[in-house]
Amino acid sequence: MSTAEAMRPHLDRLQTRAFMVGVIGVAALGAGLVSNSEQFYRSYLMGFVYWMGVALGSLGLLMLHHMVGGNWGVAIRRGLEAGTRTLPLMVLLAIPVFLGAHSLYEWTHADVVENDPVLRHKSLYLNMTGFTLRAVFYFLIWFGLSTLLNRYSKAQESEGYWAVRPRLQRVSAPGLILHCLTVTFFAVDFVMSVEPHWFSTIYGAIFIAGQVLSTFAFMVVLMRSLTLREPMKNAVSAQTFHDLGNLMFAFNMFWAYVSFSQLLIIWSANFPEETIWYLKRTKGGWEYVGLSLFVFHFSLIFLLLLIRKFKRQPAILSKIAVWVILMRLVDLFWIIQPAFSHGSQGGVPAPQFHVHWLDIVAPVAIGGLWVAFFAFQLKKRPLDPLPLA
Amino acid sequence: MRKPLYGLIAEFAAPEQLVYAAGEAHSEGYRKMDAYSPLPIEELHHVMHIPDTKLPRFVLAAGLLGSIGGFGLLYWITVINYPHNVGGRPLNSWPQYIPITFETTVLLAGLTTLVTMIALCGLPMPYHPVFNVPRFRLASRDRFFLCIEAEDPRFDLQRTRQFLESLHPHEVTEVEI
Repeated sequence: MSTAEAMRPHLDRLQTRAFMVGVIGVAALGAGLVSNSEQFYRSYLMGFVYWMGVALGSLGLLMLHHMVGGNWGVAIRRGLEAGTRTLPLMVLLAIPVFLGAHSLYEWTHADVVENDPVLRHKSLYLNMTGFTLRAVFYFLIWFGLSTLLNRYSKAQESEGYWAVRPRLQRVSAPGLILHCLTVTFFAVDFVMSVEPHWFSTIYGAIFIAGQVLSTFAFMVVLMRSLTLREPMKNAVSAQTFHDLGNLMFAFNMFWAYVSFSQLLIIWSANFPEETIWYLKRTKGGWEYVGLSLFVFHFSLIFLLLLIRKFKRQPAILSKIAVWVILMRLVDLFWIIQPAFSHGSQGGVPAPQFHVHWLDIVAPVAIGGLWVAFFAFQLKKRPLDPLPLA
Repeated sequence: MRKPLYGLIAEFAAPEQLVYAAGEAHSEGYRKMDAYSPLPIEELHHVMHIPDTKLPRFVLAAGLLGSIGGFGLLYWITVINYPHNVGGRPLNSWPQYIPITFETTVLLAGLTTLVTMIALCGLPMPYHPVFNVPRFRLASRDRFFLCIEAEDPRFDLQRTRQFLESLHPHEVTEVEI
């Protein structure tokens, strides 16, 4: 009996439970859409961008692994491949963002754009046709990469690891460049343009770092839950969990580095059209959310992952990974939600901290559907790492 | 009169043999011993029950000192000693302190790692008895050595030699002080 068959009952259970969570969550989201459609779209965007991040992070890490190798990638490779195969679901889940574009994106309002010189000049890029065509283009590239990587990975089982490896690398090397560019543009289109006057060139890097961190955290939790059971018990060594812990540590640092760089550059230049982003996020209660990112996202995860013992014990590492997943959501919450916190006093923005129940339900609901589809995809292929022969 | 002995050294051809031998020696009750290898072997740490190094504590302390010192230095200069309005920013313009704070943290932690590591290893050590064994120079090429020291309470020239011979080494040699 193969490992995949032996693990099937566990993955079936995961799929069913996640799907139940997804269905209940979607029902709650439906109620939210009816009662407060503006808030629904804002919360939905956050949940969508989060799980999109895990799918895209899987694609990026898979290509990175094909280029640089390493035991960490051998261990989580099947998970990453299944993650890239969730992209078709993400297309369906993207539809509400398009339906809610009028609520989310100021630049879709013709009358606003007409009377706003900045938006008028940006309308060549920020218009609904361009937005849609670009989204189709990004997804086509991601589909293409994911299809080729999964096809060659399958070929590797019959033709041998080393025979197919050059093909995987020929896709991955240009694929990584395309990936970084498309993810950057995706972040600009879907998230940055909720505040269409504002711009930051390091924005894409912040998203890439965050997505990779979310993906590592998700894969650590997955490998922990899979290796609790025979025949996968002890399939992943303490050293590999240690490596995954180190990588989470590194990407937590990288996320903090790029996020802080954005602040430092904007702080140094001190241009009103740039500082507005931080002014909105450091007032009316939002400053505590930002501060909590520094304390509980960067510092706490930094300190926990410094400790060698914690990284070598899957039980502890997976708890830290769950915390990483939560803090990734808080970061997205802080990036997205204050944008809709309007209101001003004497020309100065006066946002008010506000968390809606939909902000919690949306990531859970979309996450339920995503994890169910992920488990469905994970079952379709073998779970063992590929033999190197 | 015989010269005093530092210990007995056994030479092995493969890292696995050394790991096995070190494990056996530990279960046999030997404590004053050391393994020598041309490459790092993770398992040796476990089979010989070597306590974790104290190095991280020194590095953490130095890193904290570096970050507090770096930030404090900038704060003292720009807020207390020479307060100067730069583009209307607050005197405590902390985002601009961070890169320097980071640099001083890494500088102090890095230098401390180097210096403390050398000190904890007991370096520089101009003389060590194991080099009296001519073949020991292979320890930096392709041979693996386990030396049980005479100071060990369980050390007995005959019995320890028999024990080491039983581990199938290439040869067992007496190490003179």
